[in-house]
Amino acid sequence: MKKLLTFLFTVATFGAIVSCGSKTEEPVVAEPETKVAIVYSTGGKGDKSFNDSAYRGLERAKEELGISYSEYEPKDPSTEAKNQLAAYAESGEYDLIVGVGFTINDSLLAVATDFPEQNFAIIDSVVDLPNVASLEFKEHEGSFLMGAVAGLTTKTNVVGFIGGVQFPLIQKFEAGFEQGVKYVNPDAQIVSVYIGGNNGFNDPAAAKSKTEAEIQQGADIIYHAAGASGQGVFQAAKEAGVYAIGVDSNQDDVIPGTILTSMIKKVDNALFDVIKNVTEGKFEGKSVIFGIKEDGVGTTDFALSRGKSVSEETIKRVEEISKEIADGKIVVDPIPASAK
Amino acid sequence: MEIILFLLIQTLIIAPPILITATGACVSELSGVTNIGLEGMMLIGAFAATVISISTGNPYLGILIAGLIGGLVSLLHAFISITLKGNQIISGVAINLFALAITSYLIKTIYGQAGSTPRMENLANRNLILIVIYVLAFLTYLFINKTVLGLRIRAVGEHPLAADTVGISVYKIRYFSVILSGVFAGIGGAYLSVVNLGIFTNNMSAGRGFMAMAAMIFGNWNPLGAIFASLLFAFGDAFATYIKTVNSSIPQNFLTMIPYVLTLIALVGLIGKSRAPKASGRPYEK
Repeated sequence: MKKLLTFLFTVATFGAIVSCGSKTEEPVVAEPETKVAIVYSTGGKGDKSFNDSAYRGLERAKEELGISYSEYEPKDPSTEAKNQLAAYAESGEYDLIVGVGFTINDSLLAVATDFPEQNFAIIDSVVDLPNVASLEFKEHEGSFLMGAVAGLTTKTNVVGFIGGVQFPLIQKFEAGFEQGVKYVNPDAQIVSVYIGGNNGFNDPAAAKSKTEAEIQQGADIIYHAAGASGQGVFQAAKEAGVYAIGVDSNQDDVIPGTILTSMIKKVDNALFDVIKNVTEGKFEGKSVIFGIKEDGVGTTDFALSRGKSVSEETIKRVEEISKEIADGKIVVDPIPASAK
Repeated sequence: MEIILFLLIQTLIIAPPILITATGACVSELSGVTNIGLEGMMLIGAFAATVISISTGNPYLGILIAGLIGGLVSLLHAFISITLKGNQIISGVAINLFALAITSYLIKTIYGQAGSTPRMENLANRNLILIVIYVLAFLTYLFINKTVLGLRIRAVGEHPLAADTVGISVYKIRYFSVILSGVFAGIGGAYLSVVNLGIFTNNMSAGRGFMAMAAMIFGNWNPLGAIFASLLFAFGDAFATYIKTVNSSIPQNFLTMIPYVLTLIALVGLIGKSRAPKASGRPYEK
């Protein structure tokens, strides 16, 4: 009898917890036409990077297309994110389920295989299934423009690159930057260092000492693709009185005056386009790549550096190069020279 | 010559968070309490220092408060490990997980943003804090090896029963040692945020608490050994980065290994038999 009671109590408690849990994830808006669910990457909303950008895309879709959405911020991209994706898919309520970031790739692949009738989208990665739209970016094209800015602005003819972890996605940044610098300034030298280890994207102190080593080698402009570690790059540049270039979203105002511009990845535009396709019944489970031509990557507006740290001529030249890439006159290779 | 000087300076700048935490770890472990919660205490220290520094504009006050908060968190670890006789590893792991969660939660509630705090205006003077940390670490070595209290700490960690029979309070000594390790870890964390970077970002301690544990073992549970081990780790790191900046064709992963390879070589070749305090990790029951 006692056992039975304990059992019933346990079931009741779990039931209560589960129902509480699912309640908070219900969308508030009643009966709109299209419903979207999103599982963010581990950085979560407020990262001033691509999660925030995805969020802006959703908000825009809500305003302009009248959709409603549910969102979830997982702490780990494997078990937790996977369970949440599966829960969204199982409910059958959503017209589109979005996963943010390449770390969620395996989870989304597994869930999308189990639910072939459900539409998915993944940002920054490719899942090769007919029900998944993969949104990729030509980071190397945007980084080429950063390289051009750096190559035209450097006084020492040495520029630096700091990467989070050395794998293909981050090497695309290095490759584009390298080619951009060489394109406008063949004599310039590029010093590149990766932070590496388990915490490459979350170790600003390591990023700082590595940036200082590059500055010691004469680098006077440092471009980073290292997530939160980039804060260490900015601090080192500020202390040494040299310049840095931001990444992913507009980081120009993190330390005003120190940051020349940022390589922006317009995740919001890409996500908005996919949602628009869904509302029009034109969803396609294929890979879409956003480069300069598709307005997926680009520079900031140079609001804080125009005419000060970056000259008008430089900005004009970079705009020309941007056009040439869009027209296909310049082709940027996504693999850095050191990896060939 | 210029390069050697640069590498030495980099070593001195990179080492402090690991070094101060490692000396604290030695004291705790010598008294018989394993403290793997140091990583979390560093993180909480880094966060507390940032919050105080942003709100008062005084980074030095931030460092003091970071030490205090680190001590408070380690008091929790001491209570679980010493008074409740709980499993010290589980308590430490719990503190690490707690630290990661509470700091990222508080960033959101206090500053309404995620991932990092705003930047602070004033940073503490790096050279001054560097000197304080190195002096503090060296004093700890003298304290452990040359004072009566230091001898008692070691006695309690070797043979608590024997220490107890001659009238040393095992509990008091252990509480003191664990709290000291937390204070040091808090200061180590504060170095990262208010001395080095001027901002707190999620999980910014990035494994340095565990590196400190490694330095402690490498240094044979002797604060002086731990200081040298930390400096060696830091030098390996600076050296690897330097090599990469002059020759980009070497694969990055080989360079990342350098500090650890140095450690292995030193362990095999230089260090004699290493021996942990006998009662380390075991609660004392009267």
